[in-house]
Amino acid sequence: MDTHASTTNLPDSAEGQAHAPHDEIEHAHPTWSTYWKVALILTLITVGEVWLYYLPSFVASRGFVPTLLGLSALKFAIVVMFYMHLKYDHRLFRVLFTGPLLIAGMTLIALMFLFGHLHIKIM
Amino acid sequence: MATSVVHTSAPAHHHYTALGLDSRKVAIWAFIGSECMLFVSLISTYLIYKGRSVIGPLPHEAWTDPTTGHIYKPILNIPVTSASTFVLLMSSLFMVLALAAVQNKELPKRTRGERILGSSKLWLWMTAIAGTTFLGFQAFEFTSFVHEGLTIRRNLFGSTFFTLTGFHGAHVTAGVLWLVTLLAIDYRRGLTSKDSLLVDISALYWHFVDVVWIVIFTLVYLIK
Repeated sequence: MDTHASTTNLPDSAEGQAHAPHDEIEHAHPTWSTYWKVALILTLITVGEVWLYYLPSFVASRGFVPTLLGLSALKFAIVVMFYMHLKYDHRLFRVLFTGPLLIAGMTLIALMFLFGHLHIKIM
Repeated sequence: MATSVVHTSAPAHHHYTALGLDSRKVAIWAFIGSECMLFVSLISTYLIYKGRSVIGPLPHEAWTDPTTGHIYKPILNIPVTSASTFVLLMSSLFMVLALAAVQNKELPKRTRGERILGSSKLWLWMTAIAGTTFLGFQAFEFTSFVHEGLTIRRNLFGSTFFTLTGFHGAHVTAGVLWLVTLLAIDYRRGLTSKDSLLVDISALYWHFVDVVWIVIFTLVYLIK
């Protein structure tokens, strides 16, 4: 994805500048053409997901659910990285988002085990 | 279009953290983190009760009422929901173009294409219209479900489905209202690059609503 160097996001007060770590705040945002390309990719993935839904042989296969979950995760990551600019923004924002997301994801998996939707095969 | 997106989000009155980050942006990310937990709890509840409804209508299978003999068709309408998903995905594109337009407000626009891409009002309107269209699709879906016999009190699927998608719809509604306030500011005094943080924060919220729908669409609608 092409990016373009941008101006800094530095605060213009003396106090702000005293605390602003230059290299951590300075970042590049994608260009307009990148946004259009991302939208096209998201649309194609969505079309692919719906197409898979209408393939009875694939729906019956073991790969159906993992494939759809993978495509959904890919779309999620693309929006978060390029539209929410998490790829370009400060590391703290990544921590604030991925921390709760990981906790929530682990809670979801634990609940699935607890209520018998997931099983571990013991030899 | 070789125009770059310039990020200048230093408003006149700001509140910076010790890291030099605007506290409002830190707050919106913390809020989005907490919202992740809310939606995962709702999605967990849906998944736990998935396939455990004693009576229909059911999401992907037909069901015959043993007392009346009435046959309920599979309730989910994938083509309609796919269209509404596409609309919401496009709204995210419009939102990010609105943000880019505000960030580049002071750059000269020489060509017609640059003037279109640089119009924050246009992209904010497009985002709000796309959000409202999505809500229209959801209203249509809810109404048709009720007509087909699925209410929030009918079965476990109805309870968890309406709660999950209803909460998401409420978030989209809040997002549309937020966009309307930005449009009002834009018409009243004009949004400048100094206001880009205001638009950035609302854009983060809007994209979050979009990513939640990406997950819901797969887990609720596509996975049988």
